[in-house]
Order: sequence, then C-alpha cells, then structure tokens
Amino acid sequence: MDIRKFVVGSFDDEAVLFPAVKKVRKAGYKIHDVYTPFPVHGLDGALGLRDTSLHTAGFVYGLTGLTTALSFISWILTRDWIQNYGGKPHFSLPAWIPIMFELTVLFSAVGMVLTFCYLCQLAPFVKKHVFHPRATDDLFVMVIECTSKTNVKETEDFLAAAGAKEVNVQIAEAGWWLGRYDQDRHLFDNKSETVTA
Amino acid sequence: MIKQQFEIPAGYKKWTYGLLAVGIVAFIAGFIFLGMSKNEHDQTRFWAVLLQNSVYFLLVCNAAMFFICAITLAHGGWSVAFRRVPEAISAVVPVFAILAFLVFLGLILGHRHDIYHWVDKEAVAHDKILTWKKGFLNPTFFFIWTIITLCVWTFTGMKMRKLSRKADEGPMSAEDAKRYTWNNTVWAAIFVVFFALTVGSTIPWLWLMSLDAHWYSTMYSWYTFASTFVAGIALIALFIIFLKNHGYLEYTTREQLHDVGKFIFAFSIFWTYLWFSQFMLIWYANIPEETIYFKIRFQGPYRGFFFLNFIINFCAPILILMTKGSKRNYAVMTFMSVAVILGHWLDFYQMVMPSTVGENHNLGWFEWGILALYIGMIMFFTGRALTKAPLVAKYHPYLKESIIHHT
Repeated sequence: MDIRKFVVGSFDDEAVLFPAVKKVRKAGYKIHDVYTPFPVHGLDGALGLRDTSLHTAGFVYGLTGLTTALSFISWILTRDWIQNYGGKPHFSLPAWIPIMFELTVLFSAVGMVLTFCYLCQLAPFVKKHVFHPRATDDLFVMVIECTSKTNVKETEDFLAAAGAKEVNVQIAEAGWWLGRYDQDRHLFDNKSETVTA
Repeated sequence: MIKQQFEIPAGYKKWTYGLLAVGIVAFIAGFIFLGMSKNEHDQTRFWAVLLQNSVYFLLVCNAAMFFICAITLAHGGWSVAFRRVPEAISAVVPVFAILAFLVFLGLILGHRHDIYHWVDKEAVAHDKILTWKKGFLNPTFFFIWTIITLCVWTFTGMKMRKLSRKADEGPMSAEDAKRYTWNNTVWAAIFVVFFALTVGSTIPWLWLMSLDAHWYSTMYSWYTFASTFVAGIALIALFIIFLKNHGYLEYTTREQLHDVGKFIFAFSIFWTYLWFSQFMLIWYANIPEETIYFKIRFQGPYRGFFFLNFIINFCAPILILMTKGSKRNYAVMTFMSVAVILGHWLDFYQMVMPSTVGENHNLGWFEWGILALYIGMIMFFTGRALTKAPLVAKYHPYLKESIIHHT
C-alpha cells in the first residue's frame, strides 16, 4: 500500500479555484488531484494535464468491433453455414453493414467505459479514499501531495491564503484497493506520522 | 479596438470577378451551343445542369439560415461571435431563389418533359401511377408551392437578419435582452417549422424526386437536407477561416472552429446514414419499381460517381476530421470544407443527371462553368453582405458566452 500525506483545501467557488490552482502550481507544489461536483471546463488545462488518450482507445476498440463483425459474419455466411437469403450473393456486404456498425459502436462504447473506469481507478469492490464528502455536493477540493521535504504548515497557510475555506491534513492511501467499506472504514485512523515518500 | 468592418480584399475581388466571368461565358456559350442546339440531348443537358446547380446552391445558402435558427432555438450562444457569417451567406437566398424560379419557369412553361416527365399531360393521362400523383405533381401546385416556399424563406431570413442588426444599436437592459431573445426564438421557430415543411419534406419531392416521376423514396428529403446542410456548414467554415486569415473575427477562436468541424463531421455521418438506408432498403427488397433508381447509378454509367460520392462525403470526413487537432487546423478544415462542398455537388450531380440526361452524361466545360458561376455569385453576394454589417453583433446578449466558449 502506498500511504502518503496530503494537504487538502476546499474551495466553495470556481472563480477562486482557478487562480488558486495557478498559484499552487507556480509555487511548485504537486497537485495530486482536484475533485469537483461537476465537470469544470478548462480545469484540465489549468492543472497542466495532458490530453486524454481515451478517444484513441475508443478508435481502436471500434476498429476491433468492425473487424470482429465483418470477419465473423463473412466466415459464417460464406464458409461455415452457407445459406441462400432471397437470392442474394453469399457475400452481401450491404446487409451486414448495420451489424458491423452496431458492433463497432458496442465495442467502442463498452471498451471506453471500462478504460475510463480503469483510468479513474473505479471498479466494483474497489475502494478509493474520499478526501471530502462534499466534493460530490458543493465543494471544490484541491489535494496537494506532500513529500518528506514538504513543510506542511506552510502548505496549509498557502492554501488558506489562496482562498480555501477549509484546510486539513490527511494521511491516506493514494491509489485504490480491494476491500469492503465497513471493514476498511477505519483503515487510516490512528496512524502515526510515518510517511513514505 | 477590434476590426468590425469588413473590406473586401483585392485578391477576393479578383477571384470573384474571374469566376463570374468564366461562369457567364460558360452560361452564354451553353445557351447557344447546348440550349439552342437541335440535338435534344444537348438541350436536356443544358437544363439539367441549371436545375442541379440552382437547387443545390439555393439549398446550401438557405442551410446557413437554418443553422442560425436551429442554434437560436437551442439557446446556443457559442456561434454568436461569427453569426454574421451565416447571415451573410443566407443573404444570397433571395438572389438564388429568383434564379431557381427562372429555371423552373423555363422548365415547366418550356414544357420540358425530358426533365419533368409529369408536365407531359398526354403521358400522364395514359399512366396509372402518374394519374394517382396528379394532385401533387402538376404545374399549378408546383408553382404555387414553389412561390410560397421561396417567399417565406426570403422573408423569414430577412426578418432574422434584421433582428440581428438590432444587436448593433446599443446596450440592452436585462428586460430588453429577454424580449430580444424571445423575438429571435419566435422567428427562428417559424423558420424551422417552415423549413421542415419544405426542405424536410415537400420541396425535394417536387424539385428533385419528381425527376423520376414514377419512383419515390421516403428518405429522399432528409437525404437532400443532410447533403445541403453539411455543405452549408462547410461554406460557413470556409468564410470563417477566410476572415480569420485576414485578421477579422477576433472573438472567433479555434474553439468555435472546432465546433463547426464537429458539425461537418457529424452531419457527414448523418448524410451517410440516410444515403445508406435509402440504398439498403431498396437493395434488400429488390422490387423492380424501386431498384430502377439504383440500376443506372449503382450498376450503370454512374458507378464511378456513386463510389466517389461515398469516398469524398463519408470516408474522407470521418477519417480526416476525427481528431481534435484536425478540426482546429485551418489548412485541414479548408481542405475538408472544399471537399465536402464539391462532394455534395457531385452528389446532386448523380441525383439529377441519371434521371435526365441518363447515359449521355458529360462532366465537361458547361458543368464546371456553371459551378464557377455559382461559386462566383456566392462570393460576390456574400462578400457584399459582409461589408454591410459589423462583423460582430456587439450588444448581443449571448456574445460573452460566445467569447468565453470552451469546447
């Protein structure tokens, strides 16, 4: 497990969040993530995240679906189980196009959902630490990752000065883990201040 | 200070007059050598080309107004920064409406049954199918509905442009802005409803589908609409890029161009969906009355056009415009817009020609000349319309939304 220390600042306004993100990055702190109640346009740019490759994955899944459909139908109808449908040729592409289209959409949709879940570290029975429950309601939560050299007090003051309404320090698992919530609830309570960086 | 007032650059003028000159020479030569020719095939070719171009470009320019109205109805703000561009394109509609009307007058009063088979009363009387369709396919109804259509398009388009000019006058209070938005919504709704009754259904039946008087397809109007709408958006994109390259439209950024690119991408796929649905149902059912339409296009002399059409209008847009970068790239967007406009012009070519000139098709000097004439006219009238109004509707309630637009 990768347990680290985080400084968590909660903002109640988008307009304050954006300059704060800029200031924090400029000051050289490492932002772990920003949790928002809704998709905020331009935040990925402000955070300096690279463009997602989800669409490339989607294109590849789509091509896979198309190839699957075409090769499977053509194998069935021209090799494995030849039948005469209304006197049409065995290899009758126009009739297959709807199925090829559907499988393209199906593969790319399902594939992209799974990839998206993987990229966001979401899956059934998998747990992630929630830094602030109100991030799903009305707070924008910025999480700064600390290293062994980070001055925590200074970071907290910096966030407060940047407009955070609420600042606290949390020691938490950075990634995801398997487990059941009722058993894992107190996983990080009463941890001593041993931080691996 | 932003550059509000468009001045036509010298290069643009040169191209406009060049194309117009070529087009007018082609038209006159066509009139003498084809229109007045003793050879019936030449006459048919003359009228078919005029019909193809006048209908295609009229619908393309009218699609620009549909673009504005559809976005207005959806309360979309993103396009306000370049709204004057589709407005200027739609200002061509009255001119093209008159030209198309003249072509129809020539076709029907000239009794051109080689184009519209149903104007031949003798043939209709002995034809069971055409007798059934007589209530719809007759010169009187054709003219009445065409005149109403052209007038309503022209009038509602003018009304929308006039309303847009009100946003130049001065700052609006919140109440004024609400009333302004509501007015826009009402007129846009009138236009869109009428658009559905015309381009979405009856007009392509009358003007184009009746070229094959015995045949019909329920997909036809939507197919025509999709074809002209995507070409109309490509035309808007071309003008946006042109103006951006000359330092105008400061508020229009790559974000807007990206969205216009998405429109071209999406409606290319929509067009393909209709193109294919129309084809596949007829191919599958294999009923002679219906397959006759595709016989000449799919297996006859137009086979090349049939597949070229598919490659330019589907394969190219879907592969080239798929990535974000290409929709934000001026060069790629220019290339694709030109391809789409020409591609759908070819689409109209293979809608009109097989039913009229049939096997004697000839994509020669006259066809390209009339294309040049129409492009020249679009450039001339759109350029003139652009100079008449400021390029940005300064006090439009949604202007800020458009400036901060982010895809």
